[in-house]
Amino acid sequence: MRPFQYQRAHSIADASTIAALPGAMLIAGGTNLLDMMKLQVATPSQLGDIGHIGLEGIQDLPDGGLRMGALATNTATAVHPRVRADYPLLARAILAGATQQLRNKATNGGNLCQRTRCYYFMNVDQPCNKREPGSGCGAIGGVNKLHAVLGTSDQCIATYPGDMAVALSALGAVVAIAGPNGGERTVALRDFHCLPGDTPWRDNVLEAGEVIVAITLPPPVEATQLYRKVRERSSYAFALVSIAAVISIEDGRFARADLAFGGLAHKPWHDPRIAEALVGQAPSPELFDHAADLLLEGAEGHGDNDFKIPLARRTLHAVLAEAVEKAA
Amino acid sequence: MPDELIVNGASHPLPQDPRVTLLDFLRHDLGLTGTKKGCDHGQCGACTVIVNGLRINSCLTLAAMHAGHEVTTIEGLGIADEPSALQRAFVEHDGFQCGYCTPGQICSATAMLAEIANQWPSDASESLEGPIEVSGDEIRERMSGNLCRCGAYANIVAAIRDVAALEGIA
Repeated sequence: MRPFQYQRAHSIADASTIAALPGAMLIAGGTNLLDMMKLQVATPSQLGDIGHIGLEGIQDLPDGGLRMGALATNTATAVHPRVRADYPLLARAILAGATQQLRNKATNGGNLCQRTRCYYFMNVDQPCNKREPGSGCGAIGGVNKLHAVLGTSDQCIATYPGDMAVALSALGAVVAIAGPNGGERTVALRDFHCLPGDTPWRDNVLEAGEVIVAITLPPPVEATQLYRKVRERSSYAFALVSIAAVISIEDGRFARADLAFGGLAHKPWHDPRIAEALVGQAPSPELFDHAADLLLEGAEGHGDNDFKIPLARRTLHAVLAEAVEKAA
Repeated sequence: MPDELIVNGASHPLPQDPRVTLLDFLRHDLGLTGTKKGCDHGQCGACTVIVNGLRINSCLTLAAMHAGHEVTTIEGLGIADEPSALQRAFVEHDGFQCGYCTPGQICSATAMLAEIANQWPSDASESLEGPIEVSGDEIRERMSGNLCRCGAYANIVAAIRDVAALEGIA
């Protein structure tokens, strides 16, 4: 790894000051960042260790929701009694990702900020507009099985690789962010990650000097929660397609259908038209097809990943059918 | 915060160079070569150690990030004359061939049994609320971060099942 200056942050303000320095990065669990530093995909000149600033707590909120500290580990989050009882979708999504060793170290904030595993991004000998703006995209016309079919640009077809954020999108989570001037702002998880557009190097809306401090969940709702992950082996693999679903049925019709999709885009994909089309309707294969039509409107394969389009349709059918059966 | 970390009960000063991973610190600085470097990217699990009771990949963390933490390596679990229950079971079941992944497998399995005893669910668990049956599926899912290229998996699972039963975890 390239040399860097290591600094321990002692407070959120400290972390924010370090994060604002040119060439600086923050390190929490480090499971993604150190991997990238070894490959020289990330070459920070300064590393601010935020492992000791005390954001590990998971607390009940007065409204019945839950505030999960940015530095709570993925494991601590997945096994938390409230998460297991009220947000099982989140526990399931976390447990479907990585390995126990990685989840024990990986943090909630770091998980949101993890970067794509696009082979071209991870290899400094290859062109990548995300890693090196203007160098081109090797994945377009190249090897692209893991890549996006929705919301791509001619600059980048990378996917956001995580599972946790897909569940958080379906659950309507909010990201709390501390700013360099001591203020805090909140961003809906659905708006936290960016599409590549003309700025593929930008994964999310964090500005220089901003630090994620927590993720909050709204009060739990009476609903069936499911996470379905389709992958090439049954453990320790990234999603080809994943679906997080929060579904309720009243009087034989959808009363709630909050869905988010992983493996399809540069961000956890959420399309409000899908819930609008489902809610108030009685479940049927034709209705599920209509939902899939909305999801996949404008979907574009790039060769190796063409299969994701029919796979997403079939997976959506399967998830809706399972959810309806469980909710009935 | 103390600028040292505790390995198998003994305190050691942190390395001067912040780039030193916990894995390299254990092997090069302390000479604890039981912990193995396989992929060095968190994919194979050969470097698994237990930090403050939790198993992690020592290759994907800096020694400097662990000031004041307690690290247990394979050397801290047992020695040839006094092996741990899992070390004994791996020998009895022939749970290895070349042995390179074995320290990581055993550190991982040691912490895994504690996770099951704590009723932590896995992706293979039917319910998030337990009870957890120590089945082959559970063990395989929970040990998916430890690769064995010799393919001793069947015997590794058998060794772990034995110890789980012995310790009343099953």
